[in-house]
Amino acid sequence: MSSATTPPDSDPSQRRRVHSMLKHYYGLNEEGKVTEQAESLDPCDINGPHFDPEVYLNKLRMECSLGELMDHESCMVKQIRSLDSDMQTLVYENYNKFISATDTIRKMKNDFKKMEDEMDCLSANMAAITEFSAHISGTLQDQHAQITKLSGVHTLLRKLQFLFELPARLNKCLELQAYAQAVSAHRRARCVLQQYSHMPSFRGIQDDCHVIMEQLAQQLRQKFRDGGSSAKDLSECVELLLQLDEPAEELCDKFLSHAHSSTTNPFLSPTAGTDILEFIDRGCNEFVSSLCLVIASYQELFINRPQEGELASKNIPEMANGKLHVFVDTLAARYFSLVERRIQEEKGVSDNSLLVRALDRFHRRLQAISKLLPGSAVPSQGTEIVVRAARERIKQYLSALQTFYHDSLTDVRQALAAPRHKDATPSLPELLTSLSNFILNQLKSVLASVHLFTAKDITFSNKPYFKGEFCSQGVREGLVVSFIKFICQSSRQYCESAGDRGGSTPPALLLLLSRLCLDYETSTISYILTLTDEQFLVQHHTPVTPVTALCAEAREAAQKLLNHYVKVQGLIISQMLRKSVETRDWVNTIEPRNVRAVMKRVVEDTTSIDVQVGLLYEEGVRKAHSSDSSKRTFSVYSSSRQQIRYAPSYTPSAPMDTNLLSNIHKLFSERIDIFSPVEFNKVSVLTGIIKISLKTFLECVRLRTFGRYGLQQIQVDCHYLQMYLWRFVSDENLVHFLLDEIVGSAAHRCLDPSPMEQSVIEVICERG
Amino acid sequence: NVNKKNNIDLKKKARALTAQTAETDAIRFLVGTQSLKFDNQIHIIDFDDENNMINKSVLLHDAGEIWHISGSPADKAVLTTCYSKTSESRVLTCAAVWRMPPEWESGNHESPDDSSNNPQTLELLCHLDNTAHGSVACVLWEPMGDGKRLISLAENHVLLWDLQESSTKAKISSTATLEGKGQLKFTTGKWSPHHNSTQLATANDTAIRGWDLRSMSQIYCIENAHGQLVRDLDFNPNKQYYLASCGDDCKVKFWDVRHINEPVKCLEEHSHWVWSVRYNHSHDQLLLTGSSDSRVILSNMVSISSEPFGHLVDDDDLSDNEESQQEDKGKEPLQDSIIATYEEHEDSVYAVEWSVADPWLFASLSYDGRLVINRVPRALKYRILL
Repeated sequence: MSSATTPPDSDPSQRRRVHSMLKHYYGLNEEGKVTEQAESLDPCDINGPHFDPEVYLNKLRMECSLGELMDHESCMVKQIRSLDSDMQTLVYENYNKFISATDTIRKMKNDFKKMEDEMDCLSANMAAITEFSAHISGTLQDQHAQITKLSGVHTLLRKLQFLFELPARLNKCLELQAYAQAVSAHRRARCVLQQYSHMPSFRGIQDDCHVIMEQLAQQLRQKFRDGGSSAKDLSECVELLLQLDEPAEELCDKFLSHAHSSTTNPFLSPTAGTDILEFIDRGCNEFVSSLCLVIASYQELFINRPQEGELASKNIPEMANGKLHVFVDTLAARYFSLVERRIQEEKGVSDNSLLVRALDRFHRRLQAISKLLPGSAVPSQGTEIVVRAARERIKQYLSALQTFYHDSLTDVRQALAAPRHKDATPSLPELLTSLSNFILNQLKSVLASVHLFTAKDITFSNKPYFKGEFCSQGVREGLVVSFIKFICQSSRQYCESAGDRGGSTPPALLLLLSRLCLDYETSTISYILTLTDEQFLVQHHTPVTPVTALCAEAREAAQKLLNHYVKVQGLIISQMLRKSVETRDWVNTIEPRNVRAVMKRVVEDTTSIDVQVGLLYEEGVRKAHSSDSSKRTFSVYSSSRQQIRYAPSYTPSAPMDTNLLSNIHKLFSERIDIFSPVEFNKVSVLTGIIKISLKTFLECVRLRTFGRYGLQQIQVDCHYLQMYLWRFVSDENLVHFLLDEIVGSAAHRCLDPSPMEQSVIEVICERG
Repeated sequence: NVNKKNNIDLKKKARALTAQTAETDAIRFLVGTQSLKFDNQIHIIDFDDENNMINKSVLLHDAGEIWHISGSPADKAVLTTCYSKTSESRVLTCAAVWRMPPEWESGNHESPDDSSNNPQTLELLCHLDNTAHGSVACVLWEPMGDGKRLISLAENHVLLWDLQESSTKAKISSTATLEGKGQLKFTTGKWSPHHNSTQLATANDTAIRGWDLRSMSQIYCIENAHGQLVRDLDFNPNKQYYLASCGDDCKVKFWDVRHINEPVKCLEEHSHWVWSVRYNHSHDQLLLTGSSDSRVILSNMVSISSEPFGHLVDDDDLSDNEESQQEDKGKEPLQDSIIATYEEHEDSVYAVEWSVADPWLFASLSYDGRLVINRVPRALKYRILL
């Protein structure tokens, strides 16, 4: 209170000082204590509690000059004066306040006395009011009960009115087609009507309502049946009918049958001429999406709706779900059969991406159904279809490859058959390279096409079938291995069919195919299979055909083809020789002047075969023979062996010698297998052909009878063959031996065996 | 004249071989030699089964070199040969019916060292006059007949002969001619023992033809039966529609003449032309082939034989004990297989024949004049018999 009353002072520092002094005086201000302690130590602080005037004075006297002292003194006086006046003012102010407080207390004493009287009066009034209130409520008790009852009656009456008005209202609703309102109205009334149906009036209403509602239901059903309405309308209908206690089962059936017609009608008329992608697109857009719509709305209506009242007991969802599955399955079955039919029509193998994309879309869209209808078999059936399509595709590719192979062979055949312009027609090695490149490229492109099935962005590529079986059993075994096997197989067929029909296959083709198979054995097969395994990351869960087995098969085919080639070529030359022996009258022939043309032809053909084989096969090894073999062996052949062997046999006196010598000869020469397998080289092939030809010559000679000149002609011919054929074979002794046999047999079959002079033979042969 | 081996060298070129058809006691083969320069002979080969000895008798056949020989089914002394005769620089193959002189057997065996002993000559019964028809390829006796009926195949003619007056006169009873493009020529033929001996099969070039002898008309024709020339035919003795053929394509084929589009079976075991094919007379799964690769092959064609395929065992016998079941496992059905390949010849084998007297014995003849007699392996014989 003291600080509050301090009069405002112009100098704040002055005022604070006064403040603090006052505080100090009253000894209650904490703030004052602090200052006190801070100041207390200095005895020279004029305001501090430990102020020692003596010390202060001494200090001043010691420190200050006279002027300063004078100033200090006057300042001190001034301060003392102002302090005195301050003190006076304070005392005065406090006195005034005390006086006014005393006045206030006195005034309050008077007021309280008056208030006490008024309070007494109030309590008396309140008692009177309480008494009155009790009295009033006692009187009003009866009337209140009555009012409550009246208001109850009022509501009942209103309900009754609703009931009585119900038929009319329903009718009106019916007219306005406000079915929802009608149904909700009827629903509200139904229980009551049911409860009071024993009373005739209510009964009447109920009957009326029934009739109307029946009518309404009829209309709803009609609307439902008509099917022209949208899905939303339809679902509203169903909802209302359900509320009308219509059997849910029947409704499901109707709904589904309606949906059936609406989903399938536009789609199930297959149109030809559209490509598969377009077709699948249409299928997806029209069928699958509307099917999804149906499923969704159906589920909304029958399965996912909140169960309430008596409907809950009927277990609708289970029944409805069953029906839905059946419905979806039958529809999907039709759809699938249609799709499958369409896929089967997809026979062109030129562009696989279209089919794969179509299948992908087909498969992708079916996933929607699986989301909507979890337990459904439809998506897995869809996958089945995709798998089947893929399988079918592989088969188609295989047959396409086979056709391609046949076509290429036909091309090669034509190239071989075409009249030979030296530069225009490609040579055998070129044909071989181009053929094998064609096949390889085609195979690669097919692999690339098939690879689309397993592309990452294709939804079904991560199905187990496409990860495993498709790659190993489908592509590797079904396509690649089968194709290689087919090549071997068809090659073998060339050998079999041609043998009986007299060589319908050109020999050059046989040779070419044999080389092709051999190349396959050495490199191509392993290359193709490695390529396949890499491209398809084939994991061999199931046993697959090993490379070695395929190679063995290819080698076998190559061997067979080459054998057959030898046989066919040998046969061609054999036929020439046979004709030349069989058609001639050897008894009455003239003295030989020339080598017969057929022998020249034989040598020419053999030379051209040699060239032909040399284009594709390596030379091969021969038994060592000295240089200038033709001359040297020739002399041995003519002078020593032939003369010794045949000369005695021409004289009837010594028939023993010839047998003996010939037997001794045979004893030391190995048995010759005529149609024996050949090795993969030129010499072996040529040896085989010459063996066959000469053996035929021998057998034919043995069936004829010769005159003197006939024998001589054979001598000339054989010498000619000897001159030219030795160089083709691996072992020239073989040629010698067979030609010896021929001349020997001819001599034996000769009526007048007088052989020609060796020198004459040589002259004739050298003349050509 | 006693050879303790199973082969004999006749020292003459030879193509013609036949078993003596009417002889059922002795194992006897007839060989006709081929020589343009010497007198040709008929060698009568007797095989002494007990002592493993081959005896040889020789009869002179001075008409010409023998291309085909065939014994009468009724009279063991009667035989036919096809021989070539050269006259005026012209070679013609003729056929004749001969009778062996009755004394040939009386110790008149030719010994290799004793050439002074003049062999006897065949007695000519009659010629099958073929001047109008050309060279004769072969002469066939009516199988199991009375030795009165013959067929000769001359160029493209089938001639059916009746022998009269103790075979001294031959008369053509009917003929058939093969018409067609080019020069058609029968190479060989076979008279079927079935159908009351009314059918004949012939071969020309690559075709096999069947003939009905009553109407002398063709009843079937297997065109391109072989890739090349057909060399020989034989009828299955027990299955009337089955026929084996062989040819220059190195193959032996089996035909059911009711289904001639495809052969029933095909063997390709020889490495050169197959010249001769013969069914065993009793066990038709046994088949003999001779080839110019100098080999003789004996095959066991179980799957197309008349004998039951595999081993038929009554169920009653089996059900009793396990032992018999194990036994049965051991006796798995025989597969078609080659039983043996005989490589004793060193020249082309042109003829093979089964013995008439001993069904397990056969002879083969190569061009160099070597005749080899072999038996069916004992193990197989017992397997077939038991």
